[in-house]
Amino acid sequence: MSLLTRTAGATPDDFAPTRRRGPRESMLSRGASLLVMGVFTLYFLVPIWWLFIASTKDRGDLLTTPALWFADWNFFQNVGDLITYNDGIYLRWLLNSLGYAGIGALLATIVAGMCGYALAKYRFRGRETFFNIVLGGVLVPATALALPLFLLFSQVNLTNTFWAVLLPSIVSPFGVYLSRIYAASSVPDELIEAGRIDGAGEVRTFFTVSVRLMTPALVTVFLFQFVTIWNNFFLPLIMLRSQELFPVTFGLYGWNTQLNQIPELRTYVLVGSFLSIVPLIIAFLLLQRFWRNGLGTGSVK
Amino acid sequence: MTATEVLVTRGRRSPARAERAPKRKTPHKGAIAIFAGPFGILFLLFYLIPIGYAVWQSLLVVERDGTYGAPQEVFGGLTQYLLVFQNAPFWESVGRVLLFGVVQVPVMLGLALIFALLLDSPALKGKKFFRLAFFAPYAVPGVIAAIMWGFLYSPNLSPFTDVTRSIDFLSPELVLWSIANVVTWVFVGYNMLIIYSALLAIPSEVYEAARLDGAGQIRIAWSIKIPMVAPAIVLTAVFSIIGTLQLLAEPQVFRSFSAAVSSTYTPNMTIYATNAIPNTHLAAAFSVVLALATFALSFTFLKATQRKATQ
Repeated sequence: MSLLTRTAGATPDDFAPTRRRGPRESMLSRGASLLVMGVFTLYFLVPIWWLFIASTKDRGDLLTTPALWFADWNFFQNVGDLITYNDGIYLRWLLNSLGYAGIGALLATIVAGMCGYALAKYRFRGRETFFNIVLGGVLVPATALALPLFLLFSQVNLTNTFWAVLLPSIVSPFGVYLSRIYAASSVPDELIEAGRIDGAGEVRTFFTVSVRLMTPALVTVFLFQFVTIWNNFFLPLIMLRSQELFPVTFGLYGWNTQLNQIPELRTYVLVGSFLSIVPLIIAFLLLQRFWRNGLGTGSVK
Repeated sequence: MTATEVLVTRGRRSPARAERAPKRKTPHKGAIAIFAGPFGILFLLFYLIPIGYAVWQSLLVVERDGTYGAPQEVFGGLTQYLLVFQNAPFWESVGRVLLFGVVQVPVMLGLALIFALLLDSPALKGKKFFRLAFFAPYAVPGVIAAIMWGFLYSPNLSPFTDVTRSIDFLSPELVLWSIANVVTWVFVGYNMLIIYSALLAIPSEVYEAARLDGAGQIRIAWSIKIPMVAPAIVLTAVFSIIGTLQLLAEPQVFRSFSAAVSSTYTPNMTIYATNAIPNTHLAAAFSVVLALATFALSFTFLKATQRKATQ
């Protein structure tokens, strides 16, 4: 833009002193900022690129060929070996992860969305106390709860079950916090009143009208919770003993600890890791808009 | 409402209702119960009761009749907490994560702030690409990131053998910072996005005014942008502090790459190891202490920065 203005005939004297230095400065800072961002792009992407390359190589090529470029293409061979190894336990783990994170995040979003909505749109006694306790819950990390949950679940014989990982994942205090803020600003009281006058029940108004207005926040809550459950490590570590129940991250962790005894697992760990992050990265990049909006909502207040 | 209307409605009320009137009946009680009830119950079941149960467990001790007698759980008061305070490995692990946090959190948030400011500055081209590239590692779970970097650090397996032969990233002196690098790698982009979205929320009139006053880009960043995104930075800092004290997956994975990482390397690893022995009651006391410390630290930080902001 500034280049265009200059060629349009403006003399340097037309600019205030600071602006006269503007174009040259911005050429310099343009280059510098590109350099900084370029270097860090390498830092962020090279490890992922290496993982991809590594998962296309057989065991011999992995150590003998240049690490950041292709050798013989063995990707599908590797994937085939991985998914048939140990009766297809890897696919089982992927499905488990999808189950824990998908079902858990969906239920968490519904439950937190309703609660946040109630806190934003209804007045009742103890509302602020309730909300403050939930906010305190945001500051209590999930890992701090893993051991207490284990102790409690052992009392009711729930450890080493699907439920042991799923049930605690349904509670998202952060989801309630975000839903409340969002509902307060995006669902007008007049709309709820209109629903009442039309004779729609409160629940119906919520599910037909308010949910639609709250969608961006609800998508954000779902994404956050999905990632939290997908990444959760302590809960499976402490709750699960049977391989068939492991989420994929925990299964890969288990393989990684056995590398010294069973070296052929190395290829499986690498290919398995790569396969498990590809869908997530794609989903992330597609849904980034929601992340930004949600993060913004959370931080401004 | 006019005076007559008030009178009329009052007059219509039955005496019993009039008596209750000052208490103000809550409308839509049923709807509130349906909306808030499920979360309330789940929060009670999977947050409050477990915490309460852990506190209770931490107050018990196991006693035996003689050396071979049947073990019995009896109330021991603060016995476990005395043991916690005498447990040197636990406090070493607390010191380790505090050292980790004091270095890693400012580095990570500093980088996140610089990236966010660059993304927001008119000088940068290709913003969308950089935003995606920097955020991509956040899609990699901590366990997988640790496995991946573990390979990258390993002297034999690393693609950068020239580097790993001269620097031993997995040595006792360096492994903590190698783990810090993994955590930074995963979370910088996430924190960058939080700060960036706060930057986007600043109204452009503010910049217009500054530009008229002759402020350059760097001056605007320093005097306007950074103060205005301070709440977002505080938020990322609180979450980072919580994350640091709860460090588990990354060091746990690094145990298979480096002998320097012990089973009590971080507080959460100590808790896991203690519970596995099994010494449930001591483990419960550890986790109560850790949860309180996390809560207190993040809460204090939140309050301290809030007071600063209002001054």
